[in-house]
Amino acid sequence: MEPILELKGIVKRFPGVLANDHIDLTLYPGEIHALLGENGAGKSTLMNILYGLIAPDEGSILIRGEPVTLRSPADAIARGIGMVHQHFMLIPVMTVAENVMLGQESTRGRFFLDTRRVSQRIRELSARYGLEVDPDALVQHLPVGVQQRVEIIKVLYRDAQILILDEPTAVLTPQEVEELFAILRNLVKSGHSLLFITHKLKEALSLADRITVVRQGRVVGTRRPEETSEEELAAMMVGRDVVLSVEKAPARPGKPVLTVDNLWVESDQGQPAVRGVSFEVRAGEILGIAGVQGNGQTELMEALFGLRKPYAGRILIDGHEVTGASPRQLAEMGVGYIPEDRQRDGLILPFPVAENLVLNRYHQPPYSQRGVLQRDQIRENAEQLVKAFDIRASSVQVPVQTLSGGNQQKVIAARELSRPIKLLLASQPTRGLDVGSIEYIHKQIVEARDRGAAVVVVSTELDEILSLSDRIAVLYRGRVVGLLESREADRTQLGLLMTGGSVA
Amino acid sequence: MSQLQPVGPVSADLLEEAAPVVEPKRWGPVVASVLVALAIAVLFIRVVPDGVVTTFRMAGGQGAAARVAPWVIPSRPGLVVLALFALAMAVWAYRAPRRANLALGLALLSFVGAFLIWAAAGKSLNLLAMLQSTLVRAVPLTLAALSGVMCERSGVINIAIEGMMLTAAFGAVLGTTLSGGSLWIGLLVAMLTGLLMAWVHGVLSIKYKVDQIVSGTVINILAVGLTSYLSGRFLQDPAFNWLNRAGTFAPVKIPVLNRIPVIGPLLFEGNFFFYLTIALVIGLSILLFRTRFGLRVRAVGEHPRAADTLGVNVYLMRYAAVLLGGVLAGLGGAYFTIGSVGRFDEQMTAGRGFIGLAAMIFGNWTPAGAFGASLLFGFADSLQTRLQILGIPIPSEFLLMAPYIVTIVVISGLVGRATPPAADGQPYEK
Repeated sequence: MEPILELKGIVKRFPGVLANDHIDLTLYPGEIHALLGENGAGKSTLMNILYGLIAPDEGSILIRGEPVTLRSPADAIARGIGMVHQHFMLIPVMTVAENVMLGQESTRGRFFLDTRRVSQRIRELSARYGLEVDPDALVQHLPVGVQQRVEIIKVLYRDAQILILDEPTAVLTPQEVEELFAILRNLVKSGHSLLFITHKLKEALSLADRITVVRQGRVVGTRRPEETSEEELAAMMVGRDVVLSVEKAPARPGKPVLTVDNLWVESDQGQPAVRGVSFEVRAGEILGIAGVQGNGQTELMEALFGLRKPYAGRILIDGHEVTGASPRQLAEMGVGYIPEDRQRDGLILPFPVAENLVLNRYHQPPYSQRGVLQRDQIRENAEQLVKAFDIRASSVQVPVQTLSGGNQQKVIAARELSRPIKLLLASQPTRGLDVGSIEYIHKQIVEARDRGAAVVVVSTELDEILSLSDRIAVLYRGRVVGLLESREADRTQLGLLMTGGSVA
Repeated sequence: MSQLQPVGPVSADLLEEAAPVVEPKRWGPVVASVLVALAIAVLFIRVVPDGVVTTFRMAGGQGAAARVAPWVIPSRPGLVVLALFALAMAVWAYRAPRRANLALGLALLSFVGAFLIWAAAGKSLNLLAMLQSTLVRAVPLTLAALSGVMCERSGVINIAIEGMMLTAAFGAVLGTTLSGGSLWIGLLVAMLTGLLMAWVHGVLSIKYKVDQIVSGTVINILAVGLTSYLSGRFLQDPAFNWLNRAGTFAPVKIPVLNRIPVIGPLLFEGNFFFYLTIALVIGLSILLFRTRFGLRVRAVGEHPRAADTLGVNVYLMRYAAVLLGGVLAGLGGAYFTIGSVGRFDEQMTAGRGFIGLAAMIFGNWTPAGAFGASLLFGFADSLQTRLQILGIPIPSEFLLMAPYIVTIVVISGLVGRATPPAADGQPYEK
């Protein structure tokens, strides 16, 4: 069969980096081809080249055997290439129909929008591929899974034959992932070809017809799912053998450290986001908080660390009430905090690594004497931590924004874990990190537990919750709808609880 | 192992159970409404003697049909009614927190009414003339606000409207006199002047990605310097001051409709610019929300990268919107000279461009909202001149502040917050 798309010897250089090093890739009609690799392996660069956002330095792109030059997304769209971006390219304040037609509007006369015709077309596509969505709804009111359907409809509306999906499952619940995969299989049946970018091994194995692994800008190899394994793919991705499961001894819980009693917290919009949550975490155990993004995890963790004032309920640490305490008071009591958005809340990006490493204690001796920062102490501390936590930075004086995501997270971990703590609050500690970094951060969290800290981990990744937690609380619409021992929990049961279903 | 109850599965009806915390009270509007009632009592009821009446006249327009009997109100009882109304609004704001802002708005309105009754106690005030001048004063504010709406909907902040209007006001005068008295050519020159200034703003902020506030400030300073110099050098010079005698557009009377009492003289005997403004408010509402161009402009103002990935040219849309905004500011500038006094004076726009931006924000970045907000500011402005005529015991300097004080109150978010376009003020980098 003739390939519908062929990439030959694609090379792209950025200053100091060879992002794509002679990449070859073929896609056959009706095929799902997974492109597997860690963050920074060059997957996104390659896809942006294919979508006309970046021009390659060398190499050629062939569509149905014909060489093409793609100068802009408009070129790519015209050639039947459509892309579903990892960060949705949707305008929240506009309707589904407006989002779908943007750039290719149906009009009455030359100027006036014909929303009715677009809505009609959306309904047809919905019915044909099982993509249920209301064309008149505002995008900001739609759940993430439905927003993704809108992205797929956008692509189909433009009659794309080749679909590129960039990490499409990152924000979905397990159920939504299943629905998405069903939709994708449907699309392939009707003759579409899919390039599926991911760093999740399980997904590549369960969905793809072929899997191509890239590492450091180069193709390592192509496999069929039936002739490979998670272990082999992980080793190909990272370049060494990787431990995929978290190794930890059974928990030996001590006395209760954190007690949360009937806590109510408002969201930014003034709605109750945490609605009467109670739980307890003991020294030496990890409580995993599972749940789909946006069910109150953010507000809960911010309230626990004093960043958001609860309007009812109590928080106790070691039996002392700390409701309404400031983050600094909590930090000084021995609470460590790994925020959900490391770049916004965890680091000051333009500041050097060394200064970011003392953000929670710069005001105390020896880093500060009579209100004057002690540069030497701060640098020494940084040099020690960079060594101890294996942070890859060319110097401790470079701005922390020049580090990779994994190394940025290690800076936060080093800052929060390198002092005696009794409670660790970790929100999405491995989001967006590669397999190697995840392994490292998990090890650090387990070590903190073994040193006797109580740990709360929020994650939307079920695998992470299952492998890391000693106990699991499931958050749904601001309530704890399930609290179970992790050895008794299984994926299906958790998935159901996370979406508001009950377990028979 | 845990002392907690094993929660396990929870039935759906438990999840839907209502929160125990009731809707939080909003004390701000409640207290403010009570203060309004107290202010009416202390400032006005206390000082107005019993038995005095306030007369509101509706004089204006022509023909017997346009004449309406004056409206005579006993001052003191009228004030008491308004004070009680403000108290009622306080109670409403307390009982219905969701409607608290509306209640406060109505309470403030009753304060304005009380103020008028007090100011005109024992005298008579021409209400119709005041409303007429409200509309007239709202015209340049609306045009400035519309210019802001166009620019900011595309994601470009334009604080240079003041400067664009000032140069366009100058251009309108020169265009008219140099063409031998054609006001239409004056108007065209004003539009082109606005366009030119907007092009400078566009090149600086879209192409070179200069901070949009800095670019706008530079244009404002340039406009003041340029027009003051040229005006001082030529327009004030006796040899050239014929250049500054441009004249104005005559009022346009719409037959039949202008004979309706009150409404006729108010709406159908207006200045050319008044009708133009109304047409632009309607036209731009359609352009922004019903056309392909409008959809693309709004898209690049909300999420330029999304628009770019769909093949929309972000830079082109932003240039188009900013240039259109410049033309609108040019029309606003022309109003000051050939729509109003017929001559150019230094710095004659007097901050109206900035008040227009306030109207844009208060109007939530929509043409119709901007028009409504401009009417409010226009009312504050016309109130102030009427009060000077009535000779009330408040220094005129303070009265002159009225429109600016209303601006501060409105912008401070007392009457609810507006949401700007998400990418407003952010240069787009590919």
